[in-house]
Order: sequence, then C-alpha cells, then structure tokens
Amino acid sequence: MEVKLTDIASVIRSKNAGPYELTLDIIFNDREWYDKVRRAQVISRRLISELYRIPDHHILDIIEFEPAAAIKITVRRPMISGDIGDSDVYGAQQHAPLLGIKFKLPE
Amino acid sequence: MREIRILSPTAILGYGFPEESFREGLKRRPDVIAVDAGSTDPGPYYLGAGVSFTDREAVLRDLRLIIRAGRELNIPVLIGSAGGSGAEPHLMWNLDIIREIAEKENLSFKLAVIHAEIHKQIVLDALNSDRTRELPCGLPLCREDVTGSTHIVGQMGTEPFIKALEMGADVVLAGRAYDPAVFAAVPIMMGFDAGLALHMGKILECAAIAATPGSGSDCMIGYLHEDCFLLEPLNTVRSCTVTSVAAHTLYEKSNPYLLPGPGTLIDLRNTVFSQYNPTMVRVSGSRMIPAPVYTIKLEGAQKAGYRTVSIAGARDPVFINQVENIIEGVRARVKDNFAGIPAERYRLLFHIYGKNGVMEELEPQKNITSHELGIIIEAVADSQELANTVCSFARSTMLHYGYRGRISTAGNLAFPYSPSDFKAGEVYRFSLNHLITVEDPCSLFPIELTDIKEGQGWK
Repeated sequence: MEVKLTDIASVIRSKNAGPYELTLDIIFNDREWYDKVRRAQVISRRLISELYRIPDHHILDIIEFEPAAAIKITVRRPMISGDIGDSDVYGAQQHAPLLGIKFKLPE
Repeated sequence: MREIRILSPTAILGYGFPEESFREGLKRRPDVIAVDAGSTDPGPYYLGAGVSFTDREAVLRDLRLIIRAGRELNIPVLIGSAGGSGAEPHLMWNLDIIREIAEKENLSFKLAVIHAEIHKQIVLDALNSDRTRELPCGLPLCREDVTGSTHIVGQMGTEPFIKALEMGADVVLAGRAYDPAVFAAVPIMMGFDAGLALHMGKILECAAIAATPGSGSDCMIGYLHEDCFLLEPLNTVRSCTVTSVAAHTLYEKSNPYLLPGPGTLIDLRNTVFSQYNPTMVRVSGSRMIPAPVYTIKLEGAQKAGYRTVSIAGARDPVFINQVENIIEGVRARVKDNFAGIPAERYRLLFHIYGKNGVMEELEPQKNITSHELGIIIEAVADSQELANTVCSFARSTMLHYGYRGRISTAGNLAFPYSPSDFKAGEVYRFSLNHLITVEDPCSLFPIELTDIKEGQGWK
C-alpha cells in the first residue's frame, strides 16, 4: 500500500537545536502508524541525504521517540544560525521536503 | 504527600498571558512563580549588541502582574535569562524595569541580582588550562573568539538561584540561565527529586506551548510530587495530552532521551507520560544523572560588520527565467566598479524568494515555478558607509540591467518602498557556544542582594 507521510503524521516541523544543528520532527497520528513506519525503516539516513542533498555525515542522528510516536532527525546546519548568508535564523521552515515523502508499506 | 506548585505565566517574559489564566493559576496557591526570559533562537545580534529581543513595555506589563502577585502571596518570583540574552546590559535593562514596578506599585522586597556575564580573562584562563570544550558540530575554542566577543555569558544552573533564595531573596533576577533552572531551583532546594524537577522545568519553561492548542503566551502550572509531576494548563480552551506533552519533549533538542544541562543530564529513557484527567498529564520516571564534571555552557557573539538591505520584487517572466545570470552580471559590475575596494571588505548576497530564499542550498526544488519573485539585495561590509554603497550600487545596477531578450526596458524591479534601501546596522555572529569546566557551580555568577523599600524602587 502506498502511503503519503502527510496523511499519517499530524506534525512535521523543523527548528534549531542550538546554533549548529537543525532538528526535524515527524509526529505520527497514532502509535500504529509510528510502528509501521519504524518497522519498515522508511525514514532512513539515505532518504534524508537524498531529500536535502547533504552528505551522510551531516546527518547527526535519527531517533525514534515512542512516548510521542515520533521520529526525530538531526542534521548539521549549512551554516551557524545568524551567520552572514543564513536564510532561516530560527530554522523553522526547513521541513518542507519531508512533506512530499511517499512510500510503500507491506499490507 | 508532599507537593510543590510552580506557576509559569508565559513562555518568554514579554510574550504576554491572559490575566484570566494568571488568576486561575493564583487560585491554585502556587509556591513559586517562575519565568524564563531568554533564548538564543533570535540569533546572535541581541547578545552581541546588548539589546533585548523583547519589548520593554511588554516585559513591564508581564512583570508588574507577576511581581505584584508574588508579593501578595508572599512567594518567591524567579526570572531567568533577563533581557533575552542575559548579559550585563540585558540584566540592567530588566533591573530598571523591576525598579520602576517597585516604585509605581509601592512594593518592598529583597531583590537578588545574579550576574552571568563572563569576563574574557576567565575564559582565556580556562582555554589555556584546557578547561573548555566544543559542542557537537562546533570548532574548538580559539583565543580570537574570546577576545573579539562583545559579550560572553554562561548558562547558570539551579545552584546560584538556591544561594540567592538562601540569602533571603523574594525576587531573583538572573542573567543567562539554563531554561529549567528557575522552575527547578525551589523544588531542589526543598529536597524534591532533581530529575523530575528539571524535567518539569523543561516543560514549564515554554508555559502553554506543551498544551493543545499550544500557546507561547498563556499560563501553565506544574504540581511536583515525590514520585511524579502533573501539568495543568490554566485556560479552559487548552488541554495537556500525552501527545502534546511528549511532543514538546522533542522540541528544539537533538536527543529527547538525554538532556544535558549544567552539571546534570536528565535521563528520560524510563519516563512515562499518562493522562491524569481530561486536561492534565502525569509524568514519572525521569531521572537526573549528575555529570562527572560540572560544565557551564558559554555563549558569545562578536561583530561581523554592518548591513544594508534593499527589498524588491520582479514579475517579468523573461527576467525571472534569467535571474541567476542577472545576479552574476550584477556581481561582476559591482566588483568592476569598485575595483579599488578589496573584496574581503564586503559581501554581496541575494535572497531570491520564489526560488530558494528560504532553504538556499538545502532547497531540493531547482526550477522556479512562481510567477513573481521577492528579492532582497544584502550588503555586509566593514563599515555602514561601504554596506550602503555596495547595496545601493547593486540595486541600481539590477534595476536597469540589460539582460538577453529584455522587453521591459524601463526597469526590472518593483520597489515597495521609498527609500528602497534600509540600513540594518551592526551585524553579529555567534563566536562561542562551548562548555567550560568549573569547580563551583556558583563561582561564575556573583549575587547582589538589594533591599527594595516601599516607594523607593529607584534607590
């Protein structure tokens, strides 16, 4: 079955985690979807690397957080928050590439 | 059963709260009112320039209600990260507001002021004796980062607050502090579990953001027991749910299971969130692991130049198609026209909204699909005059740039304003985001106790 991430996640957001890091949160509608996505390992380093066109070593962590039925991805900021040339000081609008994620889950 | 009640009026002092919610909080007889005033989110400017990112009138309004209530109930009021960044000018700015309130409201109380500006020599000594450490993704500290900073602050833990309260303070105004410290200090002082107290503080520091619908400008109260804590929003339109509270635990941090702070690590690996009643959530199992060495996080900012920006729009499809080439052409003209000015004295940047203005190099969509573009021409230079010059010249060049296939020969840009260029003033960058090892958690944070007498707030 093909699933769109936006159909099964109630929150998809980005924010600074300190001035060096950007953290992306995906909070699923319920535990069931969280488990399905987690088991299928859909949110992988490879997927994030492709979506954001960043090298693997810029992906610092992908953490599953069961209490919130959430998956958290932390990446290195392209530049330190507020440095000359930064486009998003709070890092609050870097989540959009996640909105287009579609994947197949086993029936 | 022992219980302590901590009222958090708002996510950031100056963001406001409904008086009705605050009254509901006071009805529940809180033991402490605590508020966090700070964040590094707004970027390096505010720390570097010594300016608050919140408005004086808005902070005065919030603090007037908070301090008056604290005095009426005779309970401590704790304010952390004064003025947003918590360096000396921010602290003095907030102190001035408290003195004004005390005088106008005829209040008398013992006020503790805790300083958090760290003298450069202290950091240099630590650097020389290998007591500084960079955070993940950061570079090791170097001398120039320290000497070039306009302000350096340290994030204090709960210890200086406890010391100030033991000295007899009714109101504690602190410079830069670890966000949960103002909420956890009194409970820890009274012997409550530090893991639960700090985790509760971690949630309360954002007030009603952890409720649903969330709000950064509404009140929340926490009830800390020996083995758990309860959270209750104080506006009937909001509820705390397991999801809203657990989701908040993710917010702005890289690892939600292990939260490092000054001298502590909050371990949430065994935390259980449960629905206590329809609007309240119960949290248990959070633990505090003392850090093997006590470290304080330092934040610093240094001047990076002066900025001028020009804001414009474009609607011509031929122009939009060639915008990249046009930008390159404008850059080349600027360079050529000011060939006598060394390139390292200025930077010229273009933010193209409708193309990649928001995500820049992280933007996966390479084609422009918008019928119009928003353009910010930005110059940062080593003087305001040079920034003005570069921005002005780039703007006029772009306006009349003769690109290939041009049909619209009267002007390429739509300016919403006259003047079209804005001096944005000093530009700062974060120079420090490092840890420093200390022996005594209070040594970097001197405390002054002042007796504010009725009607004499300014004395």
